[in-house]
Amino acid sequence: MKRWETEGIAELADLNLPEEEHLKKGVAIIECIQEIPCNPCVDACPFNAISMENINALPIVDYEKCVGCGKCIEVCPGLAIFVVKIINEKAIIMLPYEFLPLPKEGQKVKALDREGKEICDAVVKKVREGKTNVITIELPAEHAMNARNIRVR
Amino acid sequence: MRIKEHPILEFKRGKEIYFYYNGKKLKAYEGETIASALHANGIKILSKSAKLARPRGFFCGIGKCSSCLMKVNGIPNVRTCITLVKEGMVVEDDDKDLPSKEYPPCSHKKMKCDIAVVGGGPAGLSAALEASEHADVLLIDENPRLGGQLIKQTHKFFGSENERAGTRGIKIAEELEEEVKNRGIRVLLNTSVIGYYERENHFLACVNKMAGKVYEIEAKKIIFATGAQENMLIFEGNDLPGVYGAGGVQTLMNVYGVKPGERGLIIGAGNVGLILAYQLLQASVNVACIVEAMPKIGGYFVHAAKIRRCGVPIYTRHSIKKAYGDGSVEGAIIAKLDEKWNFIEGSEMDIECDFICLAVGLIPSIRLVAQTGAEISYINEAGGWVALHNEYMETTKEGIYVAGDLANIEEASTAMIEGKIAGLHAAHSIKQIVGFESKIKKYMEELEIFRQGYFGARPKKAKEEIRRRYYEKMGDRRNS
Repeated sequence: MKRWETEGIAELADLNLPEEEHLKKGVAIIECIQEIPCNPCVDACPFNAISMENINALPIVDYEKCVGCGKCIEVCPGLAIFVVKIINEKAIIMLPYEFLPLPKEGQKVKALDREGKEICDAVVKKVREGKTNVITIELPAEHAMNARNIRVR
Repeated sequence: MRIKEHPILEFKRGKEIYFYYNGKKLKAYEGETIASALHANGIKILSKSAKLARPRGFFCGIGKCSSCLMKVNGIPNVRTCITLVKEGMVVEDDDKDLPSKEYPPCSHKKMKCDIAVVGGGPAGLSAALEASEHADVLLIDENPRLGGQLIKQTHKFFGSENERAGTRGIKIAEELEEEVKNRGIRVLLNTSVIGYYERENHFLACVNKMAGKVYEIEAKKIIFATGAQENMLIFEGNDLPGVYGAGGVQTLMNVYGVKPGERGLIIGAGNVGLILAYQLLQASVNVACIVEAMPKIGGYFVHAAKIRRCGVPIYTRHSIKKAYGDGSVEGAIIAKLDEKWNFIEGSEMDIECDFICLAVGLIPSIRLVAQTGAEISYINEAGGWVALHNEYMETTKEGIYVAGDLANIEEASTAMIEGKIAGLHAAHSIKQIVGFESKIKKYMEELEIFRQGYFGARPKKAKEEIRRRYYEKMGDRRNS
């Protein structure tokens, strides 16, 4: 049994990760690793970068086409999509956030890993309110693949 | 106890009113149920058990169990979880009386329709909407509002665009309700269907208890969309107030904006338990952990991941041993299970919590449809006893249809498609509809696609068995 099946935590080996060059421009990483009947991300992508064989299949991101706009983050019912961009030593992560209070731009928050553990400080760069709010944070590049939530306050 | 701000929901509370609980004057808001108003006032004990006088709180929160029965304005056995509180109402927890001969007089009204739909959740609303394009429809629901369990689903729905994927359940409920209003479909709210009988047509006996109204409804076809109810789990202290069905907590919290407590323990890591954990966090309620007896998480990984990254642990192969507390839940003991599902001695953990939510599955609510004489059969994959039905959702009793959870525990998305199929076929069998074949084929294909994946395997198997037994029973008589 895989860890995600018993604990609900994905490991990097479970994910289909982009190459370094893709991370430089920023791309969507879809942490959707179990077949469920769901496809709004496919319809939401303005660049047709997300494809799915059928409604139960796993979504596949074409990292060449993806520009990291994050439109898919907002519609994903599973809140499973993150946009990650790496510029030198910094990582910029866009993540879904459905809690109150909403952080403010420039505010310092704690970045959390997939287990909800604090891993480092992060700075909020942008707050995009929508169907699901999308928060953009900046943090050290080494945490790019682990920071998946924030704690405000 | 009242939720002041929420990231998804906006609670529009009605006019401030006052009611009496055991002689004490309490504040409430118009539009909320008696049980919610009592909770908001910190009152979790709603009655006492008849024999041993053990305290009772509400469990299901949707009018399906008998845990919240109280005496209201002198009327015994009122389900306070679905009855709206009114100015000056007199609510008493002394509810041991049987109704007397002096039961308040009721007005009696006869109504006729082509198709009666019982239950205004996703399946019933979809059935009513579909059927109303071709027939005269009457929709009956015992809740104060339409929408069924959609009205507490704050998460975005899965599925495809046809079933409104990406839209939150609460929004889907609003949209369907609006459509029902726009179509001018007749609706009876706060009205329980209490019996079925047959003359030349199908008949339903209904009652609106608080308004003192009795209805006799004559229909050519009836679609039952009565949903399901939550399973109980056996453990010491499971009757303590503060042990809730997961859905009951969703209703309290997401419909009426009242917190169930400060820190909860959730039993069951299926989608209901996982989603509930997330919703509790959104309402600023702490979640101690989720325990799951199975070796694997039963719900969607994405739902589990959402709460894990908020720091909520999930313990698989664990279950609850007992709940303890004086009058209501003050804590619980959980422990690890071995391969034979026995508790492993020494693995106990004392969990600090002031409420417990059971999310251990649902059973189809078939009691009404069973009265019609439709063939009922036990099918494990379907969640228990269900009415056998064909691909058009018609039962073995002609003119009696089922749709949604009472026809197999599944999803709101599939319930909506089943409702459309039942509505369309019921209308078509009254008066032929042009384009019926192509339309119904489209719905059936949508259903099939839904049931293709890993999570579709169980419902698919259930439906195949239901149909197999249906045709076994009906033989060739109805095959044509």
